[in-house]
Amino acid sequence: MSGVDFGHRVVILRRSRASVRFGARTALVCAVLGLAAAAMAVLGLGTGEFEVPPGEVIQALAGQGSGATRLVVVEWRLPRVLLALLIGAALGLSGAVFQSLLRNPLGSPDVIGFNTGAYTGVLVTMVLVGRGYYETAAGALIGGLAAALVVYLLAYKQGVQGFRLIIVGIAISAVLASVNQWFVIKVDLRLAVAAAIWGQGSLNTVKWEHVPPVAAAVVLLAGCLLALGPRLSLLAMGEEAAAALGVRTERARLLYLVVGVALTAVATAAAGPVAFVALAAPQLARLLTRTAGIALAPSAAMGALLLTASDWLGQRAFAPTQLPVGVVTVSLGGLYFAWLLTRPMRKASS
Amino acid sequence: MILSDRRPAAPTDRPAGVAAGNAGRSGWLLVLVAALVATCVLSIAVGTRNIGLATVWDAFAHVADSDDHAIVRELRVPRTVLGLLAGAALGVSGAVIQAVTRNPLADTQILGMNAGAALFVVFAIGVLGLTSIWSYVWFAFAGVAFATVLVYTLGSIGRGEATPLRLTLAGVALGAVMEGVSAAIRLLKPRAFDYLRFWDVGTLGGRPLPIAEAVAPFILAGLVLAFAAARSLNAVALGDDLARSLGAGVTRTRVLSVVSVALLTGAATAAVGPIGFIGLMVPHAVRRIVGPDQRWILAYTVICAPILLLGADVAGRVLIRPAELQAGIVTAFLGAPVLIWLIRRRAVTSP
Repeated sequence: MSGVDFGHRVVILRRSRASVRFGARTALVCAVLGLAAAAMAVLGLGTGEFEVPPGEVIQALAGQGSGATRLVVVEWRLPRVLLALLIGAALGLSGAVFQSLLRNPLGSPDVIGFNTGAYTGVLVTMVLVGRGYYETAAGALIGGLAAALVVYLLAYKQGVQGFRLIIVGIAISAVLASVNQWFVIKVDLRLAVAAAIWGQGSLNTVKWEHVPPVAAAVVLLAGCLLALGPRLSLLAMGEEAAAALGVRTERARLLYLVVGVALTAVATAAAGPVAFVALAAPQLARLLTRTAGIALAPSAAMGALLLTASDWLGQRAFAPTQLPVGVVTVSLGGLYFAWLLTRPMRKASS
Repeated sequence: MILSDRRPAAPTDRPAGVAAGNAGRSGWLLVLVAALVATCVLSIAVGTRNIGLATVWDAFAHVADSDDHAIVRELRVPRTVLGLLAGAALGVSGAVIQAVTRNPLADTQILGMNAGAALFVVFAIGVLGLTSIWSYVWFAFAGVAFATVLVYTLGSIGRGEATPLRLTLAGVALGAVMEGVSAAIRLLKPRAFDYLRFWDVGTLGGRPLPIAEAVAPFILAGLVLAFAAARSLNAVALGDDLARSLGAGVTRTRVLSVVSVALLTGAATAAVGPIGFIGLMVPHAVRRIVGPDQRWILAYTVICAPILLLGADVAGRVLIRPAELQAGIVTAFLGAPVLIWLIRRRAVTSP
């Protein structure tokens, strides 16, 4: 530890070619959130129609225990819990990327029309093709990426500037939302309800085979974010400041946009547009770490915790009726958010 | 917000915006008023059954017992009046929210108001089993009022003052909770879902004149409050500290604005449903014409927002004749291209 005293403890690890610098409190928050998410996962694996005590869950995960327990815990419940962790982390990361990039606490992948476009894609797919898992996922991906691309191109004029991107995103989202509303009142009620359940985001239909592609994509994209280094927090300081500190802003922004959209795309294709995690996780993490800007790792951990907890509640709260996880994320996340807001905030530099 | 263009705008004598000087702005305002009158006439004359302008005139001047006169007086006029009121209310409430939160992304959705209205309407239909249009109206209004009080209270406790960021975050948080609850009720009660997918869209059609009469006083009161707050909103836009040193009552302005937004949004949402895009889009478009002065923004918004809503309503009647597209669906198709064209033209002025 050396250099300027910012009023909070900073740890710097130096190797020959790379160095990492992080606040002690941030590391602690990450660890606590990670542990909480793991505990939540064990709880999720153990509860349901067939109760398994936490000790046996861990045994089953380690490959021991009775066959029945292993079947329930590993074969049936583990994919869902793993996906909840992965998708939660992906949403937390994408939210952090977008909020830093657009320098707006309301910035989220929704801003560039991804989720609305994905919904349009799914509605079209449901009407024209079918309602299977892969059809819906493909429809969501195509719709979302097409919407994001249209927004980017319409906002492009000698580079893309954050504010213009936001406004064009609002405009295109509004058009797509109108299309969606038209679909929802034109199709028959059963299809409309199915679309609405997808539109809330749900993990009810996931299986083991859905896990590896999502895991690979999330790990790859998180690696990309690591490789891009500290450019995000520099961009969050403003265009001129970032450029003065040696960031090629236009290129960096495009890269971050691509990674952010890809993270959302993975999550949306796998579970539908789970609302609120991307919006809330970075802000919640920031309230806990008390950092000035938005940090990636705590946002990811918070996202994973939020989604795992919500999915467990959605399954258990009105059992046997299973609520889509998105319904719970908004309610639970919103309440937690509201509670955090009521607490007196300490000045960042104390 | 701290979202500025990369290059500073080329130095010119005139303030940011297309219309230069107050004379230019007044001139454009007159043109827009003429456009609004034309839109109103269209809204009365055009529809499943087109009615000649002479007949429209007769319907007011020489009342006779014909079908055309009945259509004009009992269907088209109430619809037009409702469009004027609701359009102005939605537009101005959007402008005021964007000014008071200093966030160009803010709209009634952000302060949790639409979620509050939806929650109460869902409750009325899904739990209490009410289906008459009057129950929609008062429940939606009560929902907006409830949401506003809750958001403002949550935004003010803690460190004791409702800063724009805290208001926004409180709105987002509580809006999410209310949205989650209403989504859960909808998914558990398919009958409510069926009613609500139509309420969600927002339309001017099928509303009798008494509804417009019932919400009009609230909308007028909201408009008066908004214009009264416009001057101090200009000061608040510079930041709380600077506004205070300029002698503006920051807290008073904020409370006035929030009350006006609640009245406007509550009345408009009650009457026509949650049409979101107008409040978001019109202030942005207007800001690019007149620059950052809230007084001009509000004056232009009052005229432009009804043009958009009524124009969307007329287009919705014509496009798939003899059926109708709801105004809430058409608004975005008319407004979005204009907004994108404006945003691509020049440097940005944010609220």
